[in-house]
Amino acid sequence: MIKKIVHKHPLAIRWFHWLNFPLLFVMIWSGMLIYWANDIYKIQVGKTVLFNFFPKSFYAFLGLSGQLAKGMAWHFATMWLFTINGILYFLYTFISGEWKLIIPEKKSLKEAWQVVLYDLGISKVCPPQDKYNAAQRIVYTLVIVMGFGSILTGWAIFRPIQLSWLTTILGGYEAARLEHFILTIGFVLFFVVHILQVIKAGWKNFQSIITGFEVKEKS
Amino acid sequence: MKEELTTDQQIRRKTIKAFVGFGLASLVPIGVWKWINSRPELNNTLAPLRKTLEFNERLTGKLLADSHLAPTFPLSQAQKKVRVNGSEGLLSPIEKDYKVKIESGDNIFEISLDELKALPKQEIVFEFKCIEGWSQVQHWAGVRFVDVMNHYKIGQKDADNLYKYVGMETPDDKYYVGIDMPSAVHPQTILAYEMNGKPLIDKKHGSPLRLIIPVKYGYKSLKRIGVIKFSDTRPKDYWALFGYDYFAGL
Repeated sequence: MIKKIVHKHPLAIRWFHWLNFPLLFVMIWSGMLIYWANDIYKIQVGKTVLFNFFPKSFYAFLGLSGQLAKGMAWHFATMWLFTINGILYFLYTFISGEWKLIIPEKKSLKEAWQVVLYDLGISKVCPPQDKYNAAQRIVYTLVIVMGFGSILTGWAIFRPIQLSWLTTILGGYEAARLEHFILTIGFVLFFVVHILQVIKAGWKNFQSIITGFEVKEKS
Repeated sequence: MKEELTTDQQIRRKTIKAFVGFGLASLVPIGVWKWINSRPELNNTLAPLRKTLEFNERLTGKLLADSHLAPTFPLSQAQKKVRVNGSEGLLSPIEKDYKVKIESGDNIFEISLDELKALPKQEIVFEFKCIEGWSQVQHWAGVRFVDVMNHYKIGQKDADNLYKYVGMETPDDKYYVGIDMPSAVHPQTILAYEMNGKPLIDKKHGSPLRLIIPVKYGYKSLKRIGVIKFSDTRPKDYWALFGYDYFAGL
């Protein structure tokens, strides 16, 4: 039996991916230090509050209280690195042609549903895939769009007068703040699903984002 | 996805190399984090971060016009109940003979409230923004600061130049702000003596005269102005000393 190396992730993609991990982490952490100072969002049905963003115990547990100035200082410094890394990644996918493996195709929406059913163990039919399956294509594209959304909504609340046209397009200052927050929740949800899927896919798949290749057996 | 045939040994070698590289590379963000946290603080903010805040100030000042106007709102949207935040500098009694002290180079004098009210009145309904993250549409009126400067010929360093900064202090000097000149002479920056169309008599809101500067976070809108002084160096700023951004521009 001969083993073969299948190249999967180019070095550049691995760099962008792993740089984004600490950068996004610092952005979300410092963002929560800022959000704490006016933590007004909640999920409410009628008069029943289902969830408060966030309970006091949550701030206490993670040590997020009373550090607005610190949060702003970190947020408005790290934003540059987060943005530069994001733009370089975006440009790279185009120059390298990698975007063709990421962008959803016509059939992706239908297939993504099959992927979800398969991953949940409801269906036994696994749709064929290239580098990424249909659900991955949709979500990875979406997360790039969300990244740009975070940058735009972020600037709309960072400089709402100097960039008042942007703030207006996004529905005003308070709307832009809410959108920025929702996008962050989106990133956290993405992160959770991403981790679960990586665990599910196993070690061989995981090591390819570090080594760049997967080892497959050829009979 | 490219494929190549290879041996177990080669696979092992490549894998180990990649993981060692990954381990070494991950020391970079950890090192950067540790380095930033090991730097001294400049006014309660780590030096590299403070420098970046100042970089942001310079960059956005160059790329984005300071002259942009804050969006204004119809009067009907102004909140009747104006939110209060902070009482620093407001706890001592207001002097009966209230006057604002001006220090512009060698020109030191006082202006009374009536003298200011004699200048053209400017009204504004704008979205007041607190650095905490809340905002509120508010209605204020007073005299444009640039009009005061022109009328009393203050703030001029020489024939061609204005001073770079304006400092304002409460009469007891317990609260103070520093403002860059482009923001101070912004047409929406006013010394306010009316709130919601009525004389400003509430101490909590900064009676009898306060700054309203829509292009900055609310903490720059100093309540109860005691002293106005001009300088080329940054005047002391209450919240900037606690680690906040000095510029605080919006």
